[in-house]
Amino acid sequence: MSTETIDRPAAVDGVQAPGHRDAPSSHVVVPGALDLSHNVILYLEDISVSFDGFKALNKLSLAVDAGELRCIIGPNGAGKTTMMDVITGKTRPDKGKAFFGQTLDLTRMTEPAIAHAGIGRKFQKPTVFEQLSAFENLELAMKADKRVRRALFASLDDAQRDRIATVLRRIRLSDHADRPAGLLSHGQKQWLEIGMLLMQEPRLLLLDEPVAGMTDEETERTAELFVSLAGSHSLVVVEHDMSFVEALGGKVTVLHEGSVLAEGSLAHVQEDPRVIEVYLGR
Amino acid sequence: MRTPFTIRFLRSMPRAGWMALTLFALFAWVWVPVAHLALPSDHALYLSSYWITLLGKILCFMVVAVAMDLIWGYTGILSLGHGLFFALGGYAFGMYLMRQIGRDGNYGAEIPDFMVFLGWTELPWYWFGSSSFIWAVFLAMALPGAVAFVFGWFAFRSRIKGVYFSIITQALTFAAMLLFFRNETGFGGNDGFTDFRRILGYAITAPETRVVLFALSAGLLMLCLVLGRYLVTSRFGRVLAAIRDAESRVMFIGYNPLHYKLFIWTMSAMLCGLAGALYVPQVGIINPSEMSPANSIEIAVWVAVGGRGTLIGAVIGAGAVNLAKTWFTVALPDYWPFVLGFLFIAVTLFMPNGIVGVVRSIAIRLRRGNRDGRTMEDGRDGVGAGAPQAPVGQAAGIPAGGTGDATTVASSAASVSGGDEVSGAVGVHDTATVPRGPGRSNEADDPERNEATIVRAFADKATKGAGA
Repeated sequence: MSTETIDRPAAVDGVQAPGHRDAPSSHVVVPGALDLSHNVILYLEDISVSFDGFKALNKLSLAVDAGELRCIIGPNGAGKTTMMDVITGKTRPDKGKAFFGQTLDLTRMTEPAIAHAGIGRKFQKPTVFEQLSAFENLELAMKADKRVRRALFASLDDAQRDRIATVLRRIRLSDHADRPAGLLSHGQKQWLEIGMLLMQEPRLLLLDEPVAGMTDEETERTAELFVSLAGSHSLVVVEHDMSFVEALGGKVTVLHEGSVLAEGSLAHVQEDPRVIEVYLGR
Repeated sequence: MRTPFTIRFLRSMPRAGWMALTLFALFAWVWVPVAHLALPSDHALYLSSYWITLLGKILCFMVVAVAMDLIWGYTGILSLGHGLFFALGGYAFGMYLMRQIGRDGNYGAEIPDFMVFLGWTELPWYWFGSSSFIWAVFLAMALPGAVAFVFGWFAFRSRIKGVYFSIITQALTFAAMLLFFRNETGFGGNDGFTDFRRILGYAITAPETRVVLFALSAGLLMLCLVLGRYLVTSRFGRVLAAIRDAESRVMFIGYNPLHYKLFIWTMSAMLCGLAGALYVPQVGIINPSEMSPANSIEIAVWVAVGGRGTLIGAVIGAGAVNLAKTWFTVALPDYWPFVLGFLFIAVTLFMPNGIVGVVRSIAIRLRRGNRDGRTMEDGRDGVGAGAPQAPVGQAAGIPAGGTGDATTVASSAASVSGGDEVSGAVGVHDTATVPRGPGRSNEADDPERNEATIVRAFADKATKGAGA
């Protein structure tokens, strides 16, 4: 089905346990650490979620490889956002399995724990801290010990300031570092939120309509950014904009009524008669 | 390099803030004792014991207001039950004051008069340790803190928010009031505790005792302000602001809001408890009416009037409303509830950012006039670029690194910009001035546009496919 070859750097290939010599063919499970020994970063099996009888997700199964850039498309109400809610721990599935790597059971973890494990999420509506500056938004998102007693005495060292500056450059907000995020334009807020994701250093990025409301130029730059992130990160992008999906060039999964309808390259799914039926036969 | 803790601590308060605190300390710790103890009572500057008690009482209320502002103004959690924590602190310390009466009560008994009246012969178990001053002070903090912690744990863990949380806190203080009204509860029922004689063996109405209590109240207020200022300008404070703005986002970047809310909530309750402990010996009485829901609502009104989200606003609000209340309850006692109600409505409608908000917007207007049309956003950007004109830089009181490195300057500007009581960044916390980004309402959330794009894309492919 898949037509795209994705480069995978060695860094994401499996976790080697230190000091482990006797059985090179197996590996030691490190509690709490991401285990990519089978090269699958996200695994959903038969996930069902219903709200007051409405089946938002219906036996959804999905696997995303490490380093992959996956696009999820589907009509409104297909369950895309609910799927993200399940992965990030916001919604508990009624049935089914959700694993991050081989060992981390997402259905048993809290939102902050999932974030710490390495899943970052960008919301459909840009959600930034409007009263804080762009710099402070990134500072809060930065990968760090996020417990209260640390936050009380936390300060930035030079390396951390440099990291924030690097990300600010990457999302082109260097000139707006000290502006309250509420004063940024819509596209800039979207970029700031993507920047916050990068500061978290996640292994898997979930992006819900990341280019909604962006200009064509901004959309193009976002596509470039995502393609450059793939490989070292895994990305799951929910998007309506087909030219953007095309620009990303990854495998495409079509959701419909809470389950997977088709999967493959964009060209492949666009020729699938069932997909055409879903989009046009209404 | 990390900025040392002491530097960050000093920087958390603008220079003007430290100066104001010093002046206040001189007033409370030097001038008031002199004016009350050293000057003859017919001197023009003599401060009567009425005024010392009144001001001391208001200082305690100011502490409560600051505690309320930390949880409401900075974290966005409106508590309508803070009077409970204040009263619990008062009761905890009141137990000690009751024991200090000794055998001087009407019945000449070892136990407080109300217990004799009830026919009790010994102290209930929970009066254990009530003869110890240290234990009383500890209890005045620990008891409200423990109640807040347990309540907060369940409320925050169940993700109770907004108006629901406010209503539950209101119910909590009401329930506690009913409990304390009962004689059998062992806290004097209706009458509460009164007729105090001594504190640490000194007569409680002696001028020296009054001055010391006043000075302690002033000290507690200053401590609260310094501590509060550090908290709200630390990363911890930024997380609180983030929780206020978008709690779910906070969770998805890996913070557990439960712990943050619980910490500031419990701390706020403990500060209220300490304020209550200082309040009781000054006014000489504590009874369950302190737990009435109206009292707790009044605390919220102080903060709203002064200006939420600024510590100085809470202090100003508590001072202004209580001075007005003192005047009204003497001159027009029947009208005070109406005035209070009107004040709340007027502030909500016309001054959403309170007195401090009004002063700020006037200051911004003046500055804008001076700068010949420069906007306040320009001012803010100027700070980021390290422009020397910015009051933020001065407010820090410390040169911002001096390396010219944009990020260093930016971060130091960021580190002082948390509340900005007097700085050039005034108004940035004013949500009314934050314009909505373009595209937010017309493009991004328009499902029809998105649908249309997909349908078009598929239609293109479908026709192409059919043609081939």
